[in-house]
Amino acid sequence: MRNLDKSFGGLCVTAAVSLSVEPGERRLIIGPNGAGKTTLFNLITGELSPDRGAITLFDRDITRVPSHRRFHLGIARTYQIITLFQGETLLRNVTLSLLGLSRLRWNPFVRLGRQEGLLARAHETLARVALDHLAERPLAQTSYGERRRVEIAMALAQNPRILLLDEPFAGLSIEERRDVRRLVTGIPRDVTIVMIEHDMDVALDFAERITVLHFGEVVVEGTRAEVVAHPRTKEIYLGE
Amino acid sequence: MKRVVVAAALASLATAPLWVGGTYYVNIASQILIAAIFALGINVLVGYAGLVTLGHAGLFGIAAYAGARLMNHGHGHVVVAAGALAVTLVGAAVFAALALRGEGLGFVMITVALGQIVWGVAYRWISITNGDNGISVSGRPSPLGLSLASPANFYWATFVVFLAAVASMAIFVASPFGASVRGTRDQPRRMNALGYHVWMIRFLAFLFSGFWSGVAGLLYIYYNQFVGPQVVALTASAEALLMVISGGAATLLGPIAGAMLVVIVKNVASAYIERWNFVLGAIFVAIVVFMPEGLVPGTVRRWRGAMAALRPRAAPAAPAPGGGGR
Repeated sequence: MRNLDKSFGGLCVTAAVSLSVEPGERRLIIGPNGAGKTTLFNLITGELSPDRGAITLFDRDITRVPSHRRFHLGIARTYQIITLFQGETLLRNVTLSLLGLSRLRWNPFVRLGRQEGLLARAHETLARVALDHLAERPLAQTSYGERRRVEIAMALAQNPRILLLDEPFAGLSIEERRDVRRLVTGIPRDVTIVMIEHDMDVALDFAERITVLHFGEVVVEGTRAEVVAHPRTKEIYLGE
Repeated sequence: MKRVVVAAALASLATAPLWVGGTYYVNIASQILIAAIFALGINVLVGYAGLVTLGHAGLFGIAAYAGARLMNHGHGHVVVAAGALAVTLVGAAVFAALALRGEGLGFVMITVALGQIVWGVAYRWISITNGDNGISVSGRPSPLGLSLASPANFYWATFVVFLAAVASMAIFVASPFGASVRGTRDQPRRMNALGYHVWMIRFLAFLFSGFWSGVAGLLYIYYNQFVGPQVVALTASAEALLMVISGGAATLLGPIAGAMLVVIVKNVASAYIERWNFVLGAIFVAIVVFMPEGLVPGTVRRWRGAMAALRPRAAPAAPAPGGGGR
């Protein structure tokens, strides 16, 4: 992305943000609350439109591509606040995810429950996050950590080339955090991952390159060692 | 058990003209079916898409007026039906394109405004709608040579259309598209992030809903052989919405039960009680208080609760030897 500006009224949320992520990279975005991290994700996915600047995905300018179309181009995301279908089973949640990229989603004549191929893929996806044994359980009857894994499973079901994870470890217990960490590190290298995270113990292990945002601006960018050693990082984020 | 109940209900509905006793009650049964088709159409939006509409009487009325105009121009019934439904679908597309610019209360208010515009046209554009005097038509169609002039024959024809409406709803609900529509109701943002075109899904759901509202409007003009502005009034939209909510939104049987309740109270109770509106209002209040999810799901919940209460409880486990003391 190049020179992305976004303001809400008089509040500038991102200011001339330029960021380039290489294929297969593990990029961590950090910054204090209100730094514009989630806004950046929303700009990438098209849920917000930038006031200025351009977003390029695999050499294609997607700045004007409608939000839902961008998810057909290889983007998938999770949300800071888990956003799933509470009244549905885990299987139905993942099935909806698979259906989103299929032409079948427009079909009003066939029974969804009889789409054996789709259901088999949904079971496979749940097995990937070790939740297939809970496939028929309503989401409302699962733990927070299991829901976080379902959300990641739904993103993986979209067969992404770039995965945006917005605070995937937030609110998890130590055990749940370990499970999600194992899951994220197990994602194959052909998927680029950009992650927002506050838990530095987990995040620094994961990241190859780190971008520090502050008041909507990129203030530091570099390798793990470079960013941790940078005085601005210590000043604005690590509290030193 | 469920299949037996459904089969019994279908059998009793199919044979209604033979046992309800008298032409008056056969006509009431026809009115219930027409109202049920209308409510099923509204339920697509209100129940499955989560879009509360207060303007659907406008679409119902567009079909009725278009059908009446086409009939009075001497067109055959196939042309009348196709033309009226086509006009209704165009109307539904316009309603949807405008109303879907709003969300929540904004959507409701736009549908109110659109319904009121149709009402204004029906009331004031006399050269088209004949204003307050409405439009009268003569004659009902004779599909496959079967005259629908008699109340019983008209009921059976309406029943066939009603079955088609119920079947189409059942297929829609179980389909991938039905799941997409419900998804846009529950988590529109997540649906967008999964690659769904939320606006288009809602637009198509609106057309489907409008189509069945149009079918009900067409049946109405055939049944009544008259259409006037009161058909498209805001109260007509509100009444249909209440059918859906009182019966149970997002259920297949709920709108049918709601339609039955409203039509029976309106026609039968009004014969005995002057202030029948009060009775209807009191029933709605009771439903909201005791079964806020609607009559059908509420009854199912209470039935299950009663069955669970009647089931013998497991005997408490005997204390372990040596245990139980402090």
